[in-house]
Amino acid sequence: MSTEPLLQLRGVNKSFGNAHVLHDVDFSVYPGQVTALVGDNGAGKSTLVKVVAGIYGRDNGDYIYDGKQVEVHGPRDVAELGVEVVYQDLALCDNLDIVENMFLGRETRKGLVLDETEMESRARETLASLSVRTVKSVRQSVASLSGGQRQTVAIAKAVLWNSRIVLLDEPTAALGVAQTRQVLDLVRRLADRGLGVVLISHNMGDVFEVADRITALYLGRVAADVATSDVNNSQVVELITAGRSGSLGISDNPATATV
Amino acid sequence: MSTTPTTPRTSPEGGDKMATGDFAGDNRSAATLRDSVGDYVGRLRGGDMGSLPAILGLVVLLVVFGLASDEFFSLLNMANLAVQAGPICLLAMGLVFVLLLGEIDLSAGVAGGVAATVAAQFIVDRGLPWYVAVLAAIAVGALIGLIIGELVSRLGIPSFVVTLAFFLGLQGVILYMIGEGGSVRVADPVIRGLTIENVPVAAGWVAAVLLTLAFAAGSLLRQRRQVANNLQHDPMSVVLIKISVVAVVILGLTAMLNINRSLNPVFPIAGIPYVIPVVVVLLILWTFVLNRTAFGRHLYAVGGNAEAARRAGINVLRMRVYAFVICSSMAAISGIVQSSYTGKVSTASGGGNVLLYAVGAAVIGGTSLFGGKGRALDAVLGGIVIATIANGLGLLNQASFINYLVTGGVLLLAASVDAISRRRRSAAGI
Repeated sequence: MSTEPLLQLRGVNKSFGNAHVLHDVDFSVYPGQVTALVGDNGAGKSTLVKVVAGIYGRDNGDYIYDGKQVEVHGPRDVAELGVEVVYQDLALCDNLDIVENMFLGRETRKGLVLDETEMESRARETLASLSVRTVKSVRQSVASLSGGQRQTVAIAKAVLWNSRIVLLDEPTAALGVAQTRQVLDLVRRLADRGLGVVLISHNMGDVFEVADRITALYLGRVAADVATSDVNNSQVVELITAGRSGSLGISDNPATATV
Repeated sequence: MSTTPTTPRTSPEGGDKMATGDFAGDNRSAATLRDSVGDYVGRLRGGDMGSLPAILGLVVLLVVFGLASDEFFSLLNMANLAVQAGPICLLAMGLVFVLLLGEIDLSAGVAGGVAATVAAQFIVDRGLPWYVAVLAAIAVGALIGLIIGELVSRLGIPSFVVTLAFFLGLQGVILYMIGEGGSVRVADPVIRGLTIENVPVAAGWVAAVLLTLAFAAGSLLRQRRQVANNLQHDPMSVVLIKISVVAVVILGLTAMLNINRSLNPVFPIAGIPYVIPVVVVLLILWTFVLNRTAFGRHLYAVGGNAEAARRAGINVLRMRVYAFVICSSMAAISGIVQSSYTGKVSTASGGGNVLLYAVGAAVIGGTSLFGGKGRALDAVLGGIVIATIANGLGLLNQASFINYLVTGGVLLLAASVDAISRRRRSAAGI
């Protein structure tokens, strides 16, 4: 890769009691690129995301952000670095409108009073900058939105704070065809704006459509970290299910990988 | 999965075109009055009825009681009704905060009774001035709310159980303080005056006009600011209609209460009972807190989705405690106003159907029992409905069993409307 990674994990291990979940994992996120994180159930995707998000600590290994090693002690530190995670359940309040949800917990105020003018304008700007045209009004309640629109609001909420990396956990899992289309377009636009995007997905169609790089996890190890253009669908599926595919994948005896 | 053919990545330009072509732009205002009405009807159909049941119910009740009793529409009874509604509205306003979080406070009525007892005894037994007594009573209410809130949020006991225990326990506290079968007289001129004295006619008019002008100016300035900053706004016609409705209500009530309603020509009675300004001031205060402050926003968020609120960095446990503290403090104020109306505090104060009246008021007004939805204004509208029922049935000299049956029925009806409208809301996605 020509560009330097914005975020890099090097040699990360993570165990829960006896279960060694992540083995010497190297993971990089590049600005302006979509990195797909793929792997079977139990491969360690969620654990890796939670380590990146600061929810889990690391047993060892480096957390390098913008070329500098940083100490991360919790989700707040990570948010301050400009890394936002959009979880699968989105965490939106149905009884609040889009603006209220986007600013929840970080409302701008003038003295004691909420500054609605500022918040509504900024929410609208952010949605417009992401070319979101699917919502009728930024003042409609989130309950009235479709699944794709809700995903859009959750993503817009994540980028509102000038974040530089956004992790998306299965953003299209519950969506229909047209809505998947909207969200994938949005994912692509985020990367085009220079953000580092991590897309966690089971759907190979989505991965091959928007991802620039693919990181495949197999039983807690990185089986491959490759450019999307260098692999095809069946190779990735082999990497996910067997940990190797031809010259790619875990090169040593796969039996040790299962320890 | 392996059968999916490898597809080349779609260019972002293609994606953009799709998004542009498929969807309309962001809409900043309902352009006309007709659009606004259409939106409103759509919300009603979807089950978001707001205060409509309260207003319709009030109209029906006024017609029924007006036909059934000659006295009902007399000026004296109307003023009496307004005073009766006071304590119910105040207690219901407090309950809105707890209901917003999807919790319940069954002890609010008797907490008000305890607070009123404290206030009455401070004045009668210790000769303290009324404001000290009132502040002490509110502090007692706040303390009760704090304990309930901590038990609910830290220990995770369902609020239903905690407050049921307090409902019983606090009745014991009142009995202990007053003694079996006793009562404490409330004779302090200020506290007693809340419900039996009236604002001078001229002052009442000035306050009513100022309040109306303030509302009109606030609404118009807000609309201008929204238009200037290109925010979403109501059309001017809707703003004007809202201002007119508020003006008619405020000025109409003032006019009615400022007419001499005395049956005795020697002693004229005219003016707004002092309890009404108390309710109005607290209504404005809590509406401001709920709509314009981060605290209010966070309360709604916790009521709508506590997990989302927690992830947004809101201290959910602390918000719960605050809600119970506000509820019990308002209960204290309500208890004092009730003691002012009856002229005494007795061992039964705050018990019986006081709490159910207030819960009924909040729910009839449009506050949801499921949390996340409710306004201070709901409590006032619902409180007027409940007070009308109590007042009307009282005039008809019905046996008291009817009173209980009707009130229980109304509460159940309101809860059913809430549950059904909630189901329709989730079906319609509003």
